[in-house]
Amino acid sequence: MKKLQVLGTGCPKCKQLAQMTETAAQELGIEYELIKVTDINDILSFGVMMTPALVVDGVLKVAGKVPPVAEIKKLLA
Amino acid sequence: MFGWWQYIVDLLVYDLAGMERGTPVAAAIDFFLFDTVKILLLLIVIIFAITFIRTFFPPERTRRILAAKKEGLWGAHVAAALLGIVTPFCSCSAVPLFIGFVEAGIPLGVTFSYLIAAPMVNEVALGMLYGMFGFKVALIYLVSGEVIAIVSGIIIGRLGLEKWVEECVYTIKVGAQEVTVPTFRERISESYQFTLQVLGKIWLYVLIGIGIGALMHGWIPAGALAQYAGRDNPFAVLVAVVAGVPLYANAAGVIPLVAELSRAGVAMGTALAFMMAVTALSIPEMILLRRVLKPKLLAIFVAIVSLGIIMTGYLFNTLL
Repeated sequence: MKKLQVLGTGCPKCKQLAQMTETAAQELGIEYELIKVTDINDILSFGVMMTPALVVDGVLKVAGKVPPVAEIKKLLA
Repeated sequence: MFGWWQYIVDLLVYDLAGMERGTPVAAAIDFFLFDTVKILLLLIVIIFAITFIRTFFPPERTRRILAAKKEGLWGAHVAAALLGIVTPFCSCSAVPLFIGFVEAGIPLGVTFSYLIAAPMVNEVALGMLYGMFGFKVALIYLVSGEVIAIVSGIIIGRLGLEKWVEECVYTIKVGAQEVTVPTFRERISESYQFTLQVLGKIWLYVLIGIGIGALMHGWIPAGALAQYAGRDNPFAVLVAVVAGVPLYANAAGVIPLVAELSRAGVAMGTALAFMMAVTALSIPEMILLRRVLKPKLLAIFVAIVSLGIIMTGYLFNTLL
């Protein structure tokens, strides 16, 4: 089970990243749990200053941009 | 630079479609076709270029660069204002950036220089100003945005307002982030993706803005507004800024409008001040910043930036 965390305070881009991550995970057919991290303290604890960001199993993969689904898939695999 | 395109548009509108020269409808359609393509092309080039430069300055690196600068020196403010240009600023990142900077020991004034420059000088506005008014106006916009950011930051720094930052800012710990250096290919691919995303988001506003501009172009004669908002009206800039601050719009939608206002006789400084007020100060951003700034500091921030924009407006009305 992969733990996917999408960091963002709720801006449109953050929602977009969450949705695309969900799509990527489903297309890969992996078991996952998606958590939206909206608290600013928690976001900063990952060292992220530019939202949105994606954390996979505790490791920061993307910050400050929304990559295409194909690229997110590579990060999840 | 776009003479070839004007030639094609004229052929299409007047010869192929057989519209009569000089009628408002023909003028509006000709203007719309010409401007839409010209501006979209310029936007692609400029957004791509700035995004490419940006891949060299992720926020972690900006933070390190600024934290290493000495307090009270102009250099730190200038660096902050320059780095602000290449930041993909979305108002939702204002708060985490602010906390990250303060936590790294970057002085409050320098942090503000960055926070003011980031939304004020943006690549979309730069591209559109260049496309519609030429190099000189784009340069003036760039330089004045930077000067406002630098001077405002220095003033806020001198005032010693650290006590008006919310206490929570000083207790948050920012985690370490590993920075990986992207390859040339990755930079290009990232710039390409970002350019597409930005265009996807703004193209409709650009079209609507140019559309309104085209209507005005066809039906409102040049100089019609000069008597109300021309350079002789001393209050025009003030009114433009006060009206612009609560408005929140993408630079992409405002600039075609600004272009037409200026053609209709609104002084250039007044039109530019309106645009800067709309893009640099917005109520959603203030609500977000209220979480880290006490009301007094927030009010001082808004006042100093507004004043800077008003002064810039008057300066251009005198110069241009």
